[in-house]
Amino acid sequence: MDNLLSLFVRSIFVDNMIFAYFLGMCSYLAVSKNVKTAFGLGVAVLFVLIITVPVNFLLHQYLLREGAFTWISPYFATIDLSFLSLIVFIAVIAAIVQILEMIIERYSTLLYNALGIFLPLIAVNCAILGASLFIQEKNFPHIGYSFVYALGSGIGWLLAIVAFAAIRERLKFSQIEKSLQGNGIAYIITGLMGLGFMAFLGM
Amino acid sequence: MNIFEKWSNKLGKQFEKGKPLYPLHSFFDAVDTFFLTPKDVTTKGCHIRDAVDMKRIMITVIIALFPSLLFGLWNIGYQHFTSLGLEVSIWQSFLYGFLKWLPLVIVVYVSGLTVEIIFAQRRKHQVAEGFFVTGFLIPLILPPDIPLWIVAIATIFAVIFGKEVFGGTGYNFLNPALLARAFIFFAYPSVISGDNVWIAEKADAYSGATPLGNIMNDNLSQIPSILELCIGNIPGSIGETSKIAILIGAFILIITRTASFKIMLSVITGGLLMGGIFNLIGTQPIMQIPAYTQILLGGFLFGAVYMATDPVTAPHTSKGKIIYGLLIGIFAILIRTANKGYPEGMMLAILLMNIFAPLIDYCVIQLNIRRRKK
Repeated sequence: MDNLLSLFVRSIFVDNMIFAYFLGMCSYLAVSKNVKTAFGLGVAVLFVLIITVPVNFLLHQYLLREGAFTWISPYFATIDLSFLSLIVFIAVIAAIVQILEMIIERYSTLLYNALGIFLPLIAVNCAILGASLFIQEKNFPHIGYSFVYALGSGIGWLLAIVAFAAIRERLKFSQIEKSLQGNGIAYIITGLMGLGFMAFLGM
Repeated sequence: MNIFEKWSNKLGKQFEKGKPLYPLHSFFDAVDTFFLTPKDVTTKGCHIRDAVDMKRIMITVIIALFPSLLFGLWNIGYQHFTSLGLEVSIWQSFLYGFLKWLPLVIVVYVSGLTVEIIFAQRRKHQVAEGFFVTGFLIPLILPPDIPLWIVAIATIFAVIFGKEVFGGTGYNFLNPALLARAFIFFAYPSVISGDNVWIAEKADAYSGATPLGNIMNDNLSQIPSILELCIGNIPGSIGETSKIAILIGAFILIITRTASFKIMLSVITGGLLMGGIFNLIGTQPIMQIPAYTQILLGGFLFGAVYMATDPVTAPHTSKGKIIYGLLIGIFAILIRTANKGYPEGMMLAILLMNIFAPLIDYCVIQLNIRRRKK
């Protein structure tokens, strides 16, 4: 229990997807003009993360890693399919996003409208693929850990993009140098925010 | 005063457009309005007239900082001579501290104001007042022995990337003084770690541990008594040691309504709350420090009074200020206790909450709109 809690807090603050690994930057920069849409995208990322990462964890555990097939018979212990993991993860994420979109459209129009265009967009968000690849290295003992990790990273990503969007909204009326307007100032803000998040480094 | 005004008027003509000194006109303007009221008088329309403008507010903050500064200067000398085993008068200690502090201030103001003036010229603005306070705060939160070139680099970084790229005073979202300190903290950790502080120029480069540094090493018996913490004759940065001087400053700030007492009180409440929770858990020695001692240790009160209340980077809504303050207090004690790498959490807690201040404001406003719609 203690481990899970510390994993959860770590993945929000210490191993923040944006400020520690700079993952998912493209949608982070593009969809942060106002807080409302940023929140929508953040929720969509969180939603997809907590579904795809446990699925990919199961695939990794029982199909892809070295000696994964021992659950069938000890005879397969030498098989190592981890070279396939990148393509499998991408395919799984894309498929799950498509299926999710259809299911949500069928059963909850409200949520579908709220997530809108973001859901298909984040099939290519690298924060999601990144989280799936990180679980390969982390060697979690069971699926609960991967779920907590995905939840934490998703909340961390959501928190980062929403705070970033709020800062950008406040800076809307400031006199930013012409050459820095748009992405230039966005990178500077992200860097400064990363400095603030370094408070948790080494925790 | 009249002579001075006439003289400034006469001198001012040299800085008008077309005159040889025109490139320096924003520098002249900054100095001139620092001492005298602005010369431009509107002729038409209805105006609210008030003697308080941004410069007066900044001056109030600097006046409020003076008790901490004066005590801190004496304390540098006192720590120095005590560690050498010498008995000297108050004035000698004070003079020693003053001579240690003066180069820092000169470097900070020269490097920072140069950047400010370049940007002001470029934008055809006047030099904004904000840097007077920033420049005053930076030497107070640095150890007195820090190399001056590091101070200059950090000041220039903080002024350019913390403030000027966003359009100058009033548009920044991080406190520039804290940004300068954080820059040194992460770029040159060896000079400002926060657990050791320079005391005297002895041959063996002797440096004493600050109270927080001792706590880091689970050396709980080294905590000074409450009385010592309040008076402040302990090692530490110039401004942070004397809690009584800080409270005098807080009183000036509150009575002139320059800083928000809501933020100060809620920061302290948040700190007490988190300290109390750690006291209840109490599994490690560092968690057993009483909550009220935690408040008095290190730069907690200094940050609460002078840093967290910065009107630009704090939330603007009333409820937002309370949430902001509570979270600063909680995070400061949390980082101090849980993060072994950083003995002092106040700076990082305020920076972190500066990042979230616009978001807090946004949520408070949205909730208010939703409530009023009903």
